[in-house]
Amino acid sequence: MAEENKVIQFIIKRQDDPDSAAYDEKFEIPYRPNMNVISALMEIRRNPVNSKGEATTPVAWEMNCLEEVCGACSMLINGKPRQSCTALVDQLEQPIRLEPMATFPVVRDLQVDRSRMFDALKKVKAWIPIDGTYDLGPGPRMPESKRQWAYELSKCMTCGVCLEACPNVNDNSDFIGPAALSQVRLFNAHPTGEMNKAERLTSLMGDGGLASCGNSQNCVQSCPKGIPLTTSIAALNRDTSLQSFRNFFGSDAQ
Amino acid sequence: MADTRDFALRRLHSLLGVIPIGLYLIQHLTVNHFATRGRESFDAAAHFMETLPYRYFLEIFVIFLPIIFHAVFGLYITFQARNNVSRYGYFRNWMFLLQRVTGIITLIFISWHVWETRVQAAFGAKVNFTMMEEILDNPFMIGFYVVGVLSTIFHFSNGLWSFLVTWGIVQSPRSQRIATFVTIGIFFAVSIVGMRAIFAFVNPEWFAFATNLPIL
Repeated sequence: MAEENKVIQFIIKRQDDPDSAAYDEKFEIPYRPNMNVISALMEIRRNPVNSKGEATTPVAWEMNCLEEVCGACSMLINGKPRQSCTALVDQLEQPIRLEPMATFPVVRDLQVDRSRMFDALKKVKAWIPIDGTYDLGPGPRMPESKRQWAYELSKCMTCGVCLEACPNVNDNSDFIGPAALSQVRLFNAHPTGEMNKAERLTSLMGDGGLASCGNSQNCVQSCPKGIPLTTSIAALNRDTSLQSFRNFFGSDAQ
Repeated sequence: MADTRDFALRRLHSLLGVIPIGLYLIQHLTVNHFATRGRESFDAAAHFMETLPYRYFLEIFVIFLPIIFHAVFGLYITFQARNNVSRYGYFRNWMFLLQRVTGIITLIFISWHVWETRVQAAFGAKVNFTMMEEILDNPFMIGFYVVGVLSTIFHFSNGLWSFLVTWGIVQSPRSQRIATFVTIGIFFAVSIVGMRAIFAFVNPEWFAFATNLPIL
């Protein structure tokens, strides 16, 4: 069979530890139908030999769900940030170039540290505080029409693709990025979460917050979950406009 | 509570771009446009602007301070970005890049233009049709003014779109798309006004002839 000799070529940007220099390594692995990038990486891990036939260390990467809901396996595949689980080899131009996302510090090879995204969620208080010393009973109900669009926002998996695509998220700027912003809109939309709306909006008005967005709208084009990030940003722009007036002119600000 | 100074400065930057700078731009181009009606019309319009009451107050608070703040803060914003249109060649990302590029061209153009006109006026030069005719008497300066004026108008029109989004006036993708078309329309309309004014100084005879045509 002709297919037996078919190989898939990879150029992988590797880095041994957070501080060492990056280098490219080429791999050729035997073709199987219906492979995704992760199954190819697993093949390299099974037999860590580069295209020159030299034994090398297996390539490190992160993965969890293998169905594009966890966000862990994001990397640059032929220059585009996306999840490697849903990147099908048959649909990619070869040699397939894999790189770690440039926005985040590299841990090793394709594995990056996305801590800044989780820190951003903490900064903007992207949760609903319901802890109490006694049962507060059921919360207010949410209209179905609102639940439907809020559900779209809840699909965010903190994968980092929108931050990678954003020209304003970089080492010159402390912009927290689109993902955390959209989560503020999600939790402000919730009838119980709404009780802390002013607090979340004010946190967005801090350094590197909402106003650092430059409307390049790369985020909404790149989001693998199709989250309307720029609609969220514009909606929050209106909310923070009003909130800033309330904070300055109003009587209920702390 | 978070320190909201950065937020306030960025919102101020966005506001000043439209009010008063954008309004002043339109007013300025409109006054220039009197040049298409001939030497006397332009001189009369320029003289009217020159003799406005509390002129220095208007110049400082409506023109110079807002423009200086907008320019300095704009440079800070510009150099915070890492442009990536080669990887993400989407329309809005191009506009994002062009907004920054035209901002810098506009700053260079306006600095030169203020030096050549307003600063010279302070040294005793007369701001009139003849002054502009002399400035625009060579192809290089015509090119410089055409690029400078178009870049200013682009920066204003696209900035108007950003303003509408930044203040949360247009939110839905549809309204943002319509705002894009409207601001493109504004760009072309204002560009016609600006270009006509420039070429009225370059080619006064043609405009004297054209004003007599029934369509213009």
